[in-house]
Amino acid sequence: MMKIRTREELNQKQREYSRSLKSQKKQILVCGGTGCVAGGSLKIYAKLLELMTQQGINCVVKLEKEPEHDSVGLKKSGCHGFCEKGPLMRIEPMGILYTKVKEDDCEEIIEKTIVNDEIIDRLVYHDSNGVAYNKQEDIPFYKNQTRIALEHCGRINAESIAEYIAEGGYQAVAKALFDMTPEEIIEQITDSSLRGRGGGGFPTGRKWASVLKQTDPVKYVVCNGDEGDPGAFMDRSMMEGDPHKVIEGMIIAGVATGAHQGYIYVRAEYPLAVERLKIAIEKAEARGLLGKNILNSGFDFDIKISQGAGAFVCGEGSALTSSIEGNRGMPRVKPPRTVEHGLFDKPTVLNNVETFCNVPPIINKGADWYKQYGPENNHGTKAFALTGNVVNTGLIEVPMGTKLREVIFDIGGGVKDGEFKGVQIGGPSGGCLCISATENHLDLNMDFDSLKKVGAMIGSGGLVVMNDHNCMVEVARFFMQFTQNESCGKCVPCREGTKRMLELLTDITEGRGTLEHISMLEELADTISHTALCGLGKTAASPVVSTLKYFRDEYIAHVVDHKCPAGQCKALVNLIIDPEKCKGCTKCARVCPVGAISGEVKKPHTIDQSKCIKCGTCMDGCKFGAIKYE
Amino acid sequence: MNKEVKNKLDEILLSHNNDPTLVIAIMQDIQKEYHYLPQDCLTYISKALNLPEAKIYGVATFYENFSLDAKGKYIIKVCDGTACHVRKSVPVLEEFRKILNVSEEKPTTDDMLFTVETVSCLGACGLAPACTVNDEVHPAMTPEKAAELIKELKEEARK
Repeated sequence: MMKIRTREELNQKQREYSRSLKSQKKQILVCGGTGCVAGGSLKIYAKLLELMTQQGINCVVKLEKEPEHDSVGLKKSGCHGFCEKGPLMRIEPMGILYTKVKEDDCEEIIEKTIVNDEIIDRLVYHDSNGVAYNKQEDIPFYKNQTRIALEHCGRINAESIAEYIAEGGYQAVAKALFDMTPEEIIEQITDSSLRGRGGGGFPTGRKWASVLKQTDPVKYVVCNGDEGDPGAFMDRSMMEGDPHKVIEGMIIAGVATGAHQGYIYVRAEYPLAVERLKIAIEKAEARGLLGKNILNSGFDFDIKISQGAGAFVCGEGSALTSSIEGNRGMPRVKPPRTVEHGLFDKPTVLNNVETFCNVPPIINKGADWYKQYGPENNHGTKAFALTGNVVNTGLIEVPMGTKLREVIFDIGGGVKDGEFKGVQIGGPSGGCLCISATENHLDLNMDFDSLKKVGAMIGSGGLVVMNDHNCMVEVARFFMQFTQNESCGKCVPCREGTKRMLELLTDITEGRGTLEHISMLEELADTISHTALCGLGKTAASPVVSTLKYFRDEYIAHVVDHKCPAGQCKALVNLIIDPEKCKGCTKCARVCPVGAISGEVKKPHTIDQSKCIKCGTCMDGCKFGAIKYE
Repeated sequence: MNKEVKNKLDEILLSHNNDPTLVIAIMQDIQKEYHYLPQDCLTYISKALNLPEAKIYGVATFYENFSLDAKGKYIIKVCDGTACHVRKSVPVLEEFRKILNVSEEKPTTDDMLFTVETVSCLGACGLAPACTVNDEVHPAMTPEKAAELIKELKEEARK
């Protein structure tokens, strides 16, 4: 691979690759994100390649600098975002999005769409009213989004540096190296009001400025790809779908702060992200865009990948650096802050993946451009992973300050299998947004400051939608169990406190709760959030505090009436037999381990509630679906 | 420890330049090879890296992905992230455990064929509830599909 030695050569390559890309008559972008790969998208890719080769279609899988006219570009892209409808396939230049594509569809796609420009109606997205959307951009899911960090995800070949360069990649590095001083870069970032996308929302420019100030000659840039919040996969998609952008953002951070070594810490559950990043780093090194004397500027920068081994707490800054150093990933007392004493005790810039992905566009287009999105002090966009009981699950990016209603109903297509009850935002450190007697959060602006006011946080951006069949006490218990599991055990409030809170919540969901349990939960929540060592512990009680605030009725129903209004807590609901459906086959009476079911043959049976242990064996065994929770 | 294992360990250590700060990566490679961390291997790398055994044990037990017990041929991980949880991952987990007669305390079958464990969010939330078998993701699971999957894997193993 030819090295790119100067800025002029980079511009030259961009022109060449861009021309080659445009010379392709059609481009097929098969989604290569984790979701679609699990749905078989790689098989679809292989099948397309095989069929086109057989039929003598000039199929280009690798972008060369020489244009090849009448060719069809075939590529594995990053996540397109519409995971619910995967495997996905985008066809350029028409901008068609095919959904739920199967291997058997490949032949027809080539024959009709690639060769004859025909659209296959069965494969395009249809909304609930049956309206077909031929173009990806017209689908409501995409129409209401603004993609900056995810700009290239699903649009370029995730494993090709040539395509990234063709789209203007590494231009921001060139600009930072040749047209700007470190102070100017930081000023630009500060002016854009970019805030950390990993949860805290700390101003990125201020963080970089603190590192630049340090006199130590050795500094580090660390990218936090330890996206551990359950229900979040934005960072994964960016690392998988646009790895060069992460690298570019890190190089710019290095230029701005005087660091020459970068680390990307990726959690072990993301093998595909590690693979794509490895490929990207190798290619950037081969091109001379990483390593010594980048573009003949005299600036050196290298990146290493460090893989996590399954510990949520490693998303916390000092725990993460401790893990890269080969230790137990335990947080330490701050200050000193990571910007002063970070990795290997050196000044360290530690930012999240999405934050780095926002850097190249800001450098390229300027802070004023960036500030057109989002409200004051909360500028830019935010990627969210929209999951749970929502019609369109997937990865989205919207301007900061977008209303929750737009996200769930316009983009998400509404709530699945029930009525909207609430969303859990920000994972185990976050809170709930909901509609209740006193609150209506659907019209709340989703940005750092507005969410903070109602006791929630953006966190890394996981949005889990709950419907009326989800019990909020059970949700709080679930998060507490998660935090308890992941507590590193260093400080007492978190280690012991979360354990006690989990016991209390379990008591409530299993029907042993009293009003005293609730007051004890509140007292513990207060103590833990004031005394725990790190962010994990300090926010551990947030889901409980937030559900208690907005869904107190549900807690009361559990402990006073011994009822679970959502019908999810097994111990608090009764199993009953529907006399209409019961045929009297006696199977349930035979399988019941405690002999709680009785009745005559061929006549409806009944369950003696005083004996029933609610194990559900009868329900599993009933062929007529006659047994249900009351 | 036999020679073959020793050579393998030397090879892994060398690929990481015997760097003690890379002990996590080294143990990951060992686990990839043997599906768990055999005790004698840890003793060996402790000497090679000049790190106390206690420190290595400390690191190995801190991270969830490391196992000091041997695991089955097929490692089934049921995702218990939020999205999977609200889309009913627990019945899937229970089904796996029921069919294979394993539990949280005893996750591996006696024939060393299956290990069933939970995993915190796989990030495949769009496919909830999800599980993985040796890192291959299986989307939108149900108890019925779980039973089917075990049947298929058993057949595959017999071949």
